[in-house]
Amino acid sequence: MAGQLSIAKALNNALRSSLESDPKTVLMGEDIGKLGGVFRITDGLQKDFGEARVIDTPLAESGIMGTAIGLALRGYRPVVEIQFDGFVYPAFDQIVSQLAKMHARALGHVKMPVTVRIPYAGGIGAVEHHSESHEAYFAHTAGLRVVTPSNADDAYWMLKQSIESDDPVIFLEPKRRYWDKGEVGSAAPLPLHAARIARPGTDLTLIAYGPMVKVCHEVAAAAAEDGHNLEVLDLRSLSPIDFATVEESVKRTGRAVVVHEAPVFMGMGAELAARLTEKCFYHLEAPVLRVGGYHAPYPPSRVEEAFLPDLDRVLDAVDRALAY
Amino acid sequence: MTVKSTARARKKTAPSVPQSVGTDAQPELIQLLTPEGERVEHPDYPLETTPEQLLALYRDLVLVRRFDAEATSLQRQGELGLWASLLGQEAAQVGSGRAMREGDYAFPTYREHGVAWCRDVDPLNLLGMFRGVNHGGWDPNEKNFHLYTIVIGSQALHATGYAMGITKDGADDAVIAYFGDGASSQGDVNEAFTFASVYNSPVVFFCQNNQWAISEPTTTQTKIPLYRRASGFGFPGVRVDGNDVLACLAVTRWALDHARSGAGPVLIEAFTYRMGAHTTSDDPTRYRENEETEAWKAKDPISRLKALLEKEGIGDEAFFAGVEAESEQLGLRVREGVRSMPDPDPTLIFEHVYAEPHALVDEERAEYEAYAASFEGGENH
Repeated sequence: MAGQLSIAKALNNALRSSLESDPKTVLMGEDIGKLGGVFRITDGLQKDFGEARVIDTPLAESGIMGTAIGLALRGYRPVVEIQFDGFVYPAFDQIVSQLAKMHARALGHVKMPVTVRIPYAGGIGAVEHHSESHEAYFAHTAGLRVVTPSNADDAYWMLKQSIESDDPVIFLEPKRRYWDKGEVGSAAPLPLHAARIARPGTDLTLIAYGPMVKVCHEVAAAAAEDGHNLEVLDLRSLSPIDFATVEESVKRTGRAVVVHEAPVFMGMGAELAARLTEKCFYHLEAPVLRVGGYHAPYPPSRVEEAFLPDLDRVLDAVDRALAY
Repeated sequence: MTVKSTARARKKTAPSVPQSVGTDAQPELIQLLTPEGERVEHPDYPLETTPEQLLALYRDLVLVRRFDAEATSLQRQGELGLWASLLGQEAAQVGSGRAMREGDYAFPTYREHGVAWCRDVDPLNLLGMFRGVNHGGWDPNEKNFHLYTIVIGSQALHATGYAMGITKDGADDAVIAYFGDGASSQGDVNEAFTFASVYNSPVVFFCQNNQWAISEPTTTQTKIPLYRRASGFGFPGVRVDGNDVLACLAVTRWALDHARSGAGPVLIEAFTYRMGAHTTSDDPTRYRENEETEAWKAKDPISRLKALLEKEGIGDEAFFAGVEAESEQLGLRVREGVRSMPDPDPTLIFEHVYAEPHALVDEERAEYEAYAASFEGGENH
């Protein structure tokens, strides 16, 4: 399977592989059958695995989540597709009140191996409710695992690992990167919850995940022209966070900038900055800075570039951190 | 035989839908036992009962009521943080619970103590949540009785999903989803109706219309009789006298057979009354009239069955004395069981958050244990 694949195709291959290896794996979602999903991630799967394994559902997100919970109780391993990020909120109650807590409520007697795939975040010029970054809501909820790949290889392996997990996993797919290509299946995969040093460096750690990893690579390349050697750390998992890798990196570089699309206030960056201040205080040469969205509704697409962290905005934060 | 052909084969044997179901022409309330204890027949829901079966139902009703009363007392004594009494709803729960077969599965709200009894769940298991030592705790798969669900109506979807799984397995089982009249307003219940209907899932929606959703009367939830909601979703609905254990048994048995045959879901509205408060925190004197409660008292599920037994000369003195003695024993066991129920170790907080190790939970657990050990008498002193 080695070769250059888009993230979308890598996800499709991962679903196919999971359907082949475990007859209890079922896919559920709106338009995932004949259409192959609005992003075609499930393309061809219903044709090959049938309507009983790849289930087109009514247009009811809470219904999809709630019935997936019931299927999991019956011994199935549902993989749910939420069509767009902003549409997950009708299912929010089932996810945070039921899915996340079922294992604990049953004192471990039942497992909830449900994977919730959500195309998330912006940058594709979409209309309202199609560009949300809601990772902090889910990461804040105990019982859920939250992961997001940034490249095709991770997309493939992390989705397979998520489906194999006996815990519920919120699998966030960076939709603006669906068509980015990369090598897949070439190496032994990292554990699902390991962070990855995507680019080693010595002067500052850029901490990012999902769609912002690519931006941070561009930032590091631009900074290199100015003689700054930046490290790019791809978190991959947002719950749990691989703090050991994060702390080791920041202790080495002495500086950190967290970059995400979601609003900065109460976001993943706040958690990382607080944690780094606590654990790496004597190693820090500068405060941990955050670059992200504003405390405003996700804006209309004609101005979304001003909302999303880009090369210049991140570079500005890097300059400020390096100036201490 | 493939799942598909099994389903087809089963479909051939599907019982027909009784004419009275979901139509306006027939009497709305299915009844086999009048409040006065008269046995009546219904053409669509025949029920043959032996004297032994009637006595067993009587025993169920009495013991379930006793358990419930004991729990209410324990709450008043401070042994339980809260209790949701089923007083008045014993027939709906025992009738439907006894209609289930071994492989069937029940998804309760938080008031289905009588169904739990029929599923042979230890009554003490039901009290852990109300005492505050766990959020449920029992293994749902042991007795096919799911954990109590507090968010109104959520479990209707879990039941439907489970039923979808039964269809996939080609199994001959069915599911009952319990909920109340208030829950009929929830989106999840309506979404469950949609999913169950379009996937033809073997699930019986058993709505106990006890007339009150805390302080809101059923008229706040609906402008039509609740059982008629089903027709809009494309499956049969039926209203049964919820204080009539025989009618609840017969109608639920029919509905489960209908569902398991591959003919799809059924909505049963058990028309009953919550004689007590919503929970022990509630005060029904603020929102309902005493006359209403008194009128329902005349329809009591236990006294009407007792009247039938007396009329028919079923059950001797020894039987009734035996049930009474058993009731005392149950009360004692529940009382002592609750009082001796240990508080969990605080590290329960960190148990079962995830099925697989989670770094943050592991770290916080270690921090907590070190903190706890730092006190006098702790491991480090």
